[in-house]
Amino acid sequence: MLEIMEGSHAIALAVKAARPNVVSAYPITPQTHIVEDISQLIADGDLNAQYVKVESEHSAMSVCIGASATGARTYTATTSQGLALMHEVLFNAAGMRLPIVMTVANRALSAPLSIWNDHQDSISERDSGWIQIYAEDNTEASDLTIQAYRIAEDSRIQVPVMVCMDGYTLTHTYEPVELLEQDLVDDFLPPYRPTDFLSVYDPKSFGMFADPNYYTEFRYQNHRALEAAKAVIPEISTEFGEVFDRDYGGLIEEYRCDDAEYVLMAMGSVVGTLKDTVDDLRDDGVRAGAIKLRSYRPFPADEVRSALAGVEAVGILDKNISLGFEGALFTDVKASLYHDDNAPKAFGFIAGLGGRDIPKRIFVKMFDCIRDDKKIAKSEFFDLRTQILDFQEV
Amino acid sequence: MQAKEEERPVDLLASGHRACAGCGAALTIQEILRATGANVFVANSTGCMEIISSQYPQSAWKVPWIHSLFENAAAVASGIEVALKALGRDEEGKVVVIAGDGGTVDIGMQAISGMLERGHDVCYICYDNEAYMNTGNQRSGSTPFDASTTTSPFGKKSFGNDRPKKNMPAIVAAHGIAYVATSSVGYPRDLTKKVQKAVSVSGPAYLQIHAPCNVGWGFDSAKTIEIARLAVETGLWMMYEIVDGELVNVMKVSRQQPVEEYLKQQRRFAHLFKMPGGEAQIKLIQDYANHNFETYKAASREATGEIQT
Repeated sequence: MLEIMEGSHAIALAVKAARPNVVSAYPITPQTHIVEDISQLIADGDLNAQYVKVESEHSAMSVCIGASATGARTYTATTSQGLALMHEVLFNAAGMRLPIVMTVANRALSAPLSIWNDHQDSISERDSGWIQIYAEDNTEASDLTIQAYRIAEDSRIQVPVMVCMDGYTLTHTYEPVELLEQDLVDDFLPPYRPTDFLSVYDPKSFGMFADPNYYTEFRYQNHRALEAAKAVIPEISTEFGEVFDRDYGGLIEEYRCDDAEYVLMAMGSVVGTLKDTVDDLRDDGVRAGAIKLRSYRPFPADEVRSALAGVEAVGILDKNISLGFEGALFTDVKASLYHDDNAPKAFGFIAGLGGRDIPKRIFVKMFDCIRDDKKIAKSEFFDLRTQILDFQEV
Repeated sequence: MQAKEEERPVDLLASGHRACAGCGAALTIQEILRATGANVFVANSTGCMEIISSQYPQSAWKVPWIHSLFENAAAVASGIEVALKALGRDEEGKVVVIAGDGGTVDIGMQAISGMLERGHDVCYICYDNEAYMNTGNQRSGSTPFDASTTTSPFGKKSFGNDRPKKNMPAIVAAHGIAYVATSSVGYPRDLTKKVQKAVSVSGPAYLQIHAPCNVGWGFDSAKTIEIARLAVETGLWMMYEIVDGELVNVMKVSRQQPVEEYLKQQRRFAHLFKMPGGEAQIKLIQDYANHNFETYKAASREATGEIQT
């Protein structure tokens, strides 16, 4: 059933449906509405959970660690500076293999301060050992929240999951959202029953230190768990589809790629605009396609490679930049294609930083560029406003 | 004197851990666990006690134990406490934090303040060895005045640490919690009693236990208890309780020792006995000790009954 609501409220309702035992919360724009709405659900008696109003995001994740290690299903949400403040705690949660689920309302990082959307915050936590899945719209973000618990708590995985959704563009947008029926969620997502947890009846030690004889193997196992998620994410997506009649297809979504010559690849809410652009170009006779990358970590190199087989040129949109090099997705896509003799030409576009909109005309320009590759360098800032640079240099 | 086999307490911190001979902190933990018994969840901050007890795949802990990071033990403990409540397991045991002074008075300050203010049912115990000992004796906010450490060394222009020890118990007490106390590894009966009180409080409680580090402070490993007792007898470590905001039960010292007795046995203060101007510095430390005795005695009352829980 569809209901018009704010994206943040949809997430709060999805969290409620997942029946977490412990929620930790610290306000930060544009995530705040999520934890506000959860606190209201608890205040109204609609969700029975411990809600910890922590004094920082560092403690938000630390509370999740303590609670998860004790056997509780845990949730928190953050963005931007809050995620950056959590940095060391993220690695710790993943290393301890705790199935925490967190919504990241993607936002730019300071300085200069920006409360608006890009993907620099979560991309910067790429190597933390968390699974990162990016949502295109609010129904997907809501559905992913439920799936994230199944993925994280799966005995083959046991790593935490970030559900990434664009700040403002999704969190503050009212649009029709498919509601999650509680009885179906209860069937799909049974209560969390860990095998290892803190108990006085069977005392265990969590978070021990490992000397050089052991450390590598811990990292290897964490890595293997993320690799295993490449099979588990689509499997759970399919199972979710069978129950809820909405299947997002797993690690990537190919849009009109079958006979495509030119493909653009992107993550998050901007993919909707990209798909519209592809439709327009198709109407004009251009064999255009789009790839939505859903799972950034684990990175679906095989899926990307096979989706790009036979493609003339691919453009990769990065709403982030590894300063001094290029966009993070661009690097990963090129690495995925390295051993492929027939790899398409690849171009990187840095755009949509700090909330700058990417309208259709920009995507059309990107397609123009990859169709006539003399127009651009291999990787460049797109929609750069030179008049501002000129002004600043005066 | 050897206790009979059946009278010996069960050691919940197994022998064979990697603490240095004479370690005051390891002894402190052993005493803490003897006082609490097995029904505790320990959240340990990064530091000496974490490192000596948890080298994978061997753990010295016979109670459920978690170490996450340096500054977040109070938040991790908060998480354990709410999880136990949420899962209906709150009768299973008490949540106890064990953290050093660096992890408590410096880097962990924010997380502790949050934990106290939110009223979690957690007993926070700081073993205070007065510097960052795990990294090799660097100055912390809990390092006493004029102690020479590797980051507050004495030299031609320095008598060592130029600031007095941070008054963490007062900061904790300002949160309005029911029970705050200081104790010392040199007084195991006092320590035991206070741990038992602290864990019996419903809501947050805080204990700071003076735990000499023979390696960092520079004294004979056989003298840990003697040094701990001298700190109390000289007035450089005060033993008291703050119950519902009121200072009570300041430990009486029948014969106050001059601070030299404490200082002269430790390498960290040895420069004060050799450097020009050292004598005046020792006088300052003596003044500080005298001031301690006066202020704590004046503000204290005898406890009239058991603490309210």
